[in-house]
Amino acid sequence: MRIRSVPMREVHVWEMPVRLYHWINALCVTALCITGYVIGHPPAFMKSTEAYFNYWFGTVRFIHFVSAFLFFFNFIFRIYWGFAGNEFSRWYNFIPLKRCQWKEIIDVIKVDVLQVTHKQIDSIGHNALASFIYFITFLIFLLQSLTGFGMYSAMSSSFLPKMFAWIVPFLGGDMHARQLHHILMWGFILFAIVHIYLVFYHDYIERRGVTSSMIGGWKFIEEDVIERHDAKTEDCPKN
Amino acid sequence: MENKQPSFYEEVKKDGISRKDFLKFCATTAALLGLESSSIGQIVKALETKPRLPVIWFHFQECTCCSESFIRASHPIVANIVLDKISLDYQETLMAASGAQAEDAYKAVMAKFPGEYIVMVEGSIPTENEAYCCIGGRSAKQILEEAVANCKAVVAWGNCASAGCVQAASPNPTGAKPVHKVISGKPVINVQGCPPIADVMAGVVVHLLTFDRIPQLDELSRPKAFYSRRVHDTCYRRANFDAGLFVESFDDEGAKRGYCLYKMGCKGPVTYNSCGIIKWNDGISYPIQSGHPCIGCSEAGFWDNGPFYQHLPSIEGFGIETTADKIGLGLGVATVVGVAAHAVVTNVRKHREITNAPETTEVETPKDK
Repeated sequence: MRIRSVPMREVHVWEMPVRLYHWINALCVTALCITGYVIGHPPAFMKSTEAYFNYWFGTVRFIHFVSAFLFFFNFIFRIYWGFAGNEFSRWYNFIPLKRCQWKEIIDVIKVDVLQVTHKQIDSIGHNALASFIYFITFLIFLLQSLTGFGMYSAMSSSFLPKMFAWIVPFLGGDMHARQLHHILMWGFILFAIVHIYLVFYHDYIERRGVTSSMIGGWKFIEEDVIERHDAKTEDCPKN
Repeated sequence: MENKQPSFYEEVKKDGISRKDFLKFCATTAALLGLESSSIGQIVKALETKPRLPVIWFHFQECTCCSESFIRASHPIVANIVLDKISLDYQETLMAASGAQAEDAYKAVMAKFPGEYIVMVEGSIPTENEAYCCIGGRSAKQILEEAVANCKAVVAWGNCASAGCVQAASPNPTGAKPVHKVISGKPVINVQGCPPIADVMAGVVVHLLTFDRIPQLDELSRPKAFYSRRVHDTCYRRANFDAGLFVESFDDEGAKRGYCLYKMGCKGPVTYNSCGIIKWNDGISYPIQSGHPCIGCSEAGFWDNGPFYQHLPSIEGFGIETTADKIGLGLGVATVVGVAAHAVVTNVRKHREITNAPETTEVETPKDK
């Protein structure tokens, strides 16, 4: 039996609202990508029938719209939690305004992407590169909500979609809004591939229990990392 | 030109249009404009009493299909209302005058009715080199700017005048621009379509005449009465869309059964127009009813969002028929390959961290024995 005796402590990194947000978001994005792709490329599995027997395409669109509303409110909640949550979920982690965040981004690229240096990245929550990528995904979330509800507003009289109606003329018409909506969907898919892979990768290399941390909320963190984290000054977000 | 302008009703009466037909036209137009029934009386009164609208109609970079749409209107009053009975003092295609007389005609309108006349424009205006479109030695831009200075409102007929249409399609060699991007300070009504529906054109004119103000417009300056709904949402084939019944090729059974043309590249879901309700040629049919997908001719930039028979536009620089989804799929495969390669490299480069992480020791346990 092989034993690794590194002094570790458990840190409560992801609070319940963050975990709930994550899984609702994962569910919504999966549903939206699948139904969205089907709406763009409907399979021809019916013929020689009449329209009044069926409504499957309408149902697919209905699921897409319901998921979109859930996704949107979940996203709004996460923005709120960026101001109300713990140090690992705060907004300042996601926007690299500080020098040390850019330094860590370069470090992560060297250590984990290119694998040219071997050292430990000190972040307890998201590392600086991951946070920055999440910030970009938030921008994609926003654009996807704008284009989606913008197109939806033409067939809705309710208040929320109407708020987005301006985006369609701003982009020059529904054709452009739809094109952007399609392009951004691939942003979600590419992100999901890399995101899931990297969770496995970090769990495999770092052994901090990152995969299960999004279920239970706790991560194993080396004691020296915690000490360095506590010693961080105001210049750098404590993430 | 006479000083007292006859009213619209006086004009059509001379042509032998009966009172009954005249009232029918007023009621139809009120319905098309989405007005309540009490406004029919207002329209009747306006057309009976108000003098004709003084209009200058310019043709710039265009194909005259907007005028053609009007000439072909089967309802006599619809055709008359713009082509004869509004005081069309200057219309390059249809006027008898030419040369100096023609120039005098529109200058007379500008002098006689300042602040009252309507400028109607067919076609886009070249801005790259104004010489691309010159009439009587002056450029389209100069003519338009001069005419617009004292007008009441501008009506931009069709996609050319509203959004540039084919002239403004990439690479837009003449630098063609729609009317609203060339002039400023005057209300512009964009009557979209290539061409617009004749009844829509008549409806806009009747509205201007009856209410003395421009109709309610959307964010793209299109009259809301005609352009607030998508062709898709008013399509009689819509039930097939919701049922997931699509035409797969133009000669299949679905095409015969009248299934939805979505997969044949129908732009109905992204096009705002009244084709599905008012239809064409006296309400006989419209493209989708005739089995052809909508090409989105009333949307800005529809030429550049092609091909017509493809649902998503091609992305420039990636070759014809390369849509966002095809590129996305390619990137997805590339990402999976990249991730797999990274996983392999990780096991090679990080071998020590994986197998001999710090402070790892072998401990003999009873189970191991």
